[in-house]
Amino acid sequence: MLLKKHHIVEKNVFVLILGIFLTIIIGGIVEIVPLFTMEQTIEKVEGVRPYSPLEQAGRNIYIREGCYNCHSQQIRPFRDEVERYGHYSLAAESMYDHPFQWGSKRTGPDLARVGKKYSNAWHVAHMTDPRSVVPESIMPGYPFLAKRELEFDDAQAHLETLKMVGVPYTDEMIEAAKADLYLQASEDAEYDDDFLARYPNAATGDFDGDPEKLTEMDALIAYLQVLGRMVDFTTYNPQMNLR
Amino acid sequence: MSQGSMAQTAPSSVAVNYNMDVVRWAALATVFWGVVGFLVGDVIAWQLAFPVLNFDTDFLNFGRLRPLHTSAVIFAFGGNALLATSFYVVQRTCRTPLYGGKALPAFVFWGYQLFIVMAAIGYVTGVTQGREYAEPEWFVDLWLTVVWVAYLAMFVGTLLKRREPHIYVANWFYLAFIVTIAMLHLGNNLAIPVSLFGTKSYSMFSGVQDALTQWWYGHNAVGFFLTAGFLGMMYYFVPKRAERPVYSYRLSIIHFWALIFLYIWAGPHHLHYTALPDWAQTLGMTFSIMLWMPSWGGMINGLMTLSGAWDKLRTDPVLRFMVAAVGFYGMSTFEGPVMSIKAVNGLSHYTDWTIGHVHSGALGWVAFVSFGAIYHLIPVLWNRERLYSMRLVSHHFWLGTIGIVLYITSMWVSGIMQGLMWRAYDELGFLQYSFIETVEAMHPYYIIRATGGALFLLGSFLMVWNVYKTIRGDLRNEAPIGTPATAAAE
Repeated sequence: MLLKKHHIVEKNVFVLILGIFLTIIIGGIVEIVPLFTMEQTIEKVEGVRPYSPLEQAGRNIYIREGCYNCHSQQIRPFRDEVERYGHYSLAAESMYDHPFQWGSKRTGPDLARVGKKYSNAWHVAHMTDPRSVVPESIMPGYPFLAKRELEFDDAQAHLETLKMVGVPYTDEMIEAAKADLYLQASEDAEYDDDFLARYPNAATGDFDGDPEKLTEMDALIAYLQVLGRMVDFTTYNPQMNLR
Repeated sequence: MSQGSMAQTAPSSVAVNYNMDVVRWAALATVFWGVVGFLVGDVIAWQLAFPVLNFDTDFLNFGRLRPLHTSAVIFAFGGNALLATSFYVVQRTCRTPLYGGKALPAFVFWGYQLFIVMAAIGYVTGVTQGREYAEPEWFVDLWLTVVWVAYLAMFVGTLLKRREPHIYVANWFYLAFIVTIAMLHLGNNLAIPVSLFGTKSYSMFSGVQDALTQWWYGHNAVGFFLTAGFLGMMYYFVPKRAERPVYSYRLSIIHFWALIFLYIWAGPHHLHYTALPDWAQTLGMTFSIMLWMPSWGGMINGLMTLSGAWDKLRTDPVLRFMVAAVGFYGMSTFEGPVMSIKAVNGLSHYTDWTIGHVHSGALGWVAFVSFGAIYHLIPVLWNRERLYSMRLVSHHFWLGTIGIVLYITSMWVSGIMQGLMWRAYDELGFLQYSFIETVEAMHPYYIIRATGGALFLLGSFLMVWNVYKTIRGDLRNEAPIGTPATAAAE
């Protein structure tokens, strides 16, 4: 019986280490590796694009402040969730999210489709003092976001790094990164066909009510306003993507 | 046959020049970081009940303090408990001092403290990867890798020069913990920094692949950091304290290999009903349910070790900590598989039920078994006759236990209630509650939970006092606890 032979393992450190390593490696290989190789892991849908520089800067602030500790970005295919938040989340919708921010807790509501559900002014008021718009809210206030100028001078480096890890930023996008950062938060963006071609569906204009400076609030709201709006679900056919 | 008897007879009579300095440091660090971790935890619990406590600042808001709490408890408190006990156990059960002279163990200890401090500074200043339980940025991860390799080398080196023919079962668990954490740490933190002089990096993976990599890591941080390592602790200190051999040698072999094999597969149960493909979810659920068996194998082996020594529970509150810990371990490793069933998870996920589950494991199992080990070690390490006060240990035990009960029961109620409220429909077919109504309903439970946490924290202050007085060499003049059992108990 195998148990009788166990003394071999107990007397040889390297046999024990090898045994442990072989035992623990299997699960990960079987579960994770196919996710990179199976084509149907990520649905084929139109519209998902890399984040604009301003949205990416906002996303980094979202991560910095630990928003994921209380907000999920993943709608499950349940009747109540779909009614409350919108179409269930697709894998494709987070395929350019480095890292993913699906979250694990809903102390606050899901944000996967919060884009354009509230006005910019609402977001500013809510972030500055959550209880001014939602009296029962238990969210911390983030008034400092509107006061701080956005530091994203190395936007180009960020986009280049993201390109290295697989986000399909074009040379044109990288070159225009810094200009796009400021452009998106100005009234001109709406009429800039090049910008809109690069980042379709991007929310544009001044976000924080202070057109004089580009703040962290601008970036965060730009990010929130695009969440869940990239895919046009009126044309989405789930039967095409049965997994 | 009996592995436990080996632990018991690890002969202090033979003059081995054990390296106990580093064990002492790590034991004190365990107590220190424990208090810090519990304190931050209770602060954020009150923040959820009274959001004004966030003070509208960046460095004190819930989003930044919550990772500080989880890391302080898991990696600082739990990590130091593992360092202290593994340093101690591997020396005693191998009857040889730690490998690497004084320098290597000291490097492991201080290097690990530096990792903790760097990570903590990052959290409050917003330097984070945004991956739960793996928040430290790339440069901190690299440093931890160096420390961890040193830890592995030290541990394996000590095993290699052992003066016992067999490697004791506790060391299998410690070794599995060290090896697996190395793999998980490297696998989950693959990232490219934006600049070599900046803190920010971007994960190599994205979306669904990133999610599963993270939870492959995340669940096994639980499985190997908070379970395997602490089972190692159990396998030394429970038999030692009960003065009984480990119940079953065969069971320890079977449940060891089964546990480390099955745990790795369980990660996808954190991603039920998400965009993760169904096959992976189902696989994760299946293995999570199977995991119940080896988990209870460990519990049974721990509890049954007390056969013939149950009376000690009445007189020895240190042993009571350890045994209650094994009981909580059994409870939360039953609850876990239940919650991994998709139908149950549909209700429990995203709610406080998960938070309650984690804390029955973290407070009941991890913290209690660590307290037991620390209380056992302090008089041994400082050559004191006994602890300053056993009564204080008993008070700590009851404060902690009541705290945990308040915590987990309030989270069961709030979690299940919120899950049900989210999916409730009125008679006209509309969603019955707005989201904010479900938040409002949580308020009383958040107060109960924070109160439970405060009791747990209070108990840890008693530990600090007791440890301080013991090290000073004071002995409290007190009657022994309970009536010593007579032979009739056999």
